[in-house]
Amino acid sequence: MIGRKLGNLIRLIGSYIVLIILSISALYPALWIVFGSLRPGKSLYSKHFIPDTFTLAHYKELFTSQVYMFGTWYMNTLKIAVFSMLIGVFLTLLTSYAVSRFRFKGRQTALSTLLILGMFPGFMSMIAIYLLLKEFHLLDTHMALIIVYAAGAPLGGTFIAKGFLDTIPRSLDEAARIDGASNFGIFTRVILPLSRPMITYMALTQFVGPWVDFIFARLILRTKENWTVAVGMWDMVNSNTNTNFTLFSAGAVLISIPIMVLFAFLQRLLVDGLTAGASKG
Amino acid sequence: MQRKGTISAILSTIFMGLGQIYNRQFIKGIIFLLVEAACVYYFINNLGRALWGVVTLGDTPSHLAKVNGIAKMVAGDHSIYILIQSLITLLVLALFLIAWYMNIRDAYKIGNLLEKGIPANTGKQTLRYILDYKFAQTFLILPAVGILFFTIMPIIFMILIAFTNYAAPNHIPPAKLVDWVGLETFKNLLVLKTWSHTFYGVLTWTIVWAILSTVTTYFGGMLVAMLISQQGIKFKGFWRAILIVPYAIPQLISLLLMRNLFNGQFGPINQYLGYFGMGGLPWLTDPFWAKVTVIVVNMWVGIPVSMLLIMGVLTTIPRDMYEAAEVDGATAYQKFRIVTLPMVLFTTAPTLITQFAGNINNFNAIFLLTNGNPVNGNYQYAGSTDLLVTWLYKLTLNQNKNNMAAAVGIIIFVIIASFSIYNYRRTNSFKQEDMIQ
Repeated sequence: MIGRKLGNLIRLIGSYIVLIILSISALYPALWIVFGSLRPGKSLYSKHFIPDTFTLAHYKELFTSQVYMFGTWYMNTLKIAVFSMLIGVFLTLLTSYAVSRFRFKGRQTALSTLLILGMFPGFMSMIAIYLLLKEFHLLDTHMALIIVYAAGAPLGGTFIAKGFLDTIPRSLDEAARIDGASNFGIFTRVILPLSRPMITYMALTQFVGPWVDFIFARLILRTKENWTVAVGMWDMVNSNTNTNFTLFSAGAVLISIPIMVLFAFLQRLLVDGLTAGASKG
Repeated sequence: MQRKGTISAILSTIFMGLGQIYNRQFIKGIIFLLVEAACVYYFINNLGRALWGVVTLGDTPSHLAKVNGIAKMVAGDHSIYILIQSLITLLVLALFLIAWYMNIRDAYKIGNLLEKGIPANTGKQTLRYILDYKFAQTFLILPAVGILFFTIMPIIFMILIAFTNYAAPNHIPPAKLVDWVGLETFKNLLVLKTWSHTFYGVLTWTIVWAILSTVTTYFGGMLVAMLISQQGIKFKGFWRAILIVPYAIPQLISLLLMRNLFNGQFGPINQYLGYFGMGGLPWLTDPFWAKVTVIVVNMWVGIPVSMLLIMGVLTTIPRDMYEAAEVDGATAYQKFRIVTLPMVLFTTAPTLITQFAGNINNFNAIFLLTNGNPVNGNYQYAGSTDLLVTWLYKLTLNQNKNNMAAAVGIIIFVIIASFSIYNYRRTNSFKQEDMIQ
């Protein structure tokens, strides 16, 4: 009996040690970049993990510098992300509602087509889209990015959204229909309110995608004033590695904060599990 | 017998909308008429050129010509613009043909109804009918148009490119024309030594990478999940919250950051190794160590997701299964092997395959961290850590070897598609979709 207790104790202590090591390695890079952004000077190299003195100069420089138009990039990104999120979520909802709730000719074909199209490497079609946008004189505009991100949204989101909508009981639709609701009424009055967690999830992914995408943005946005933060940050690291690490850190913190806040927000909503009790009520 | 139906169908075949007007559905008829008029106008201007374009890809290269006695460069046909314009026209043609077919069918059906004495729907009734019975299709029109022009059309375009010689240095418009070459690009890629050596090398590494990165993150996540959910571990929520941090940081940031951390000269990792009296490692500059680094960094990024997933599954395993195992005198390891592992594997198998397919295409992990480097002298435009996707990216954007890139893209697609379709067919959501409710 004593042997067993001792074994248990050793196991627990061992587990705690492993957990502490894992936690340190999980937090270390994150803390490092936060401290890096507050450290005076420019270099990646530092004697101490926690800086001796703290400064906000790098954050200030980001917004005042002539070379890094961070403020402009930030607003550009915000604009692009918000608009493509709104349109993208709308399109995804249309698609997923149609394929989840209705049985029509060609439905299986539509689903399979969506699935297969999603498997092509995204930027395989970049050249074609580039030429298409050139045809319509949309190169170097934010409109182009918004259109492309939003039009691609149903490809990634439909299956997840459909899976969620499938779990909303049909009995709710039927009850509403008996009460005289039209298809459109059911969509806006029953499905949309119940899908809040899923819509939030979709909105988040649709927002984060453009927020951090640099492949497409780099191809389409040619002038520096039109860049997004992702393109700017990538350029910062790629053109002058190690020369201005602290500035990069400050930018990284500013990019990460909105996303981390959204994550925290999302977790709360997802746990709500709004649909769980719907059938009973 | 069905005279009216036949007549209206024939009328609609001659010109969209005529049948409907014959059936006294004036609003619908006029809408159809206008649609056809617009399309015909468009096709008169474009269709001939589109067909010519798809077949020839242009026939006049840029050339010198005497203008007023002075030799001047005259712009020739731009094969790629011609191809894309032709493609758009042909897609519009396909849409028009569908509309045309539907219009004939509609006229025929309504005509038959009239024959039997059932009055045709008024405009208002038609609208109601669409909202009640054709609702799904109406809802799908807008997303479908977006997907058609921004996904399907570009993909068709790139597939076509794989069968041309659109590549630097000899076939880049507007200076030069592009021609159809059939399967030559694929033949070069798979057989011609200069290309095939790179292709098989990159392909092998892509598969090794996909297997290793999937397995390490999956079992790493399982280990962490089991550590936290052990009996007797306190502050479970706290540990979970900390270990999830890497997941919440955007990949763009964390990977660019790691590129700094692992920097051979200035990076803190090597500084620490030096501090402990060990020499630094060439993390990103040596082919072998660069591969190790991308796997390790990918674990850092990927383990939190697997952890969340597996923690979810662990809570669903019934406690009495463990109790039964304990009664039989099973050790901790046996409990894991006989109860936990099969249950977790069973539920997460589809996700595992999806992750594997995703890792084959994991552009960010490689491009942001190593850029595909270190350079490999034996390869054509590829570095030691390049995956097929990053190679494709470099081939198009840096080298203009567009036809080769398109061929690589098609091959990636075939690999991913076979995994995903196999996976999709196995999942329950496909087999028993209507089982719920």
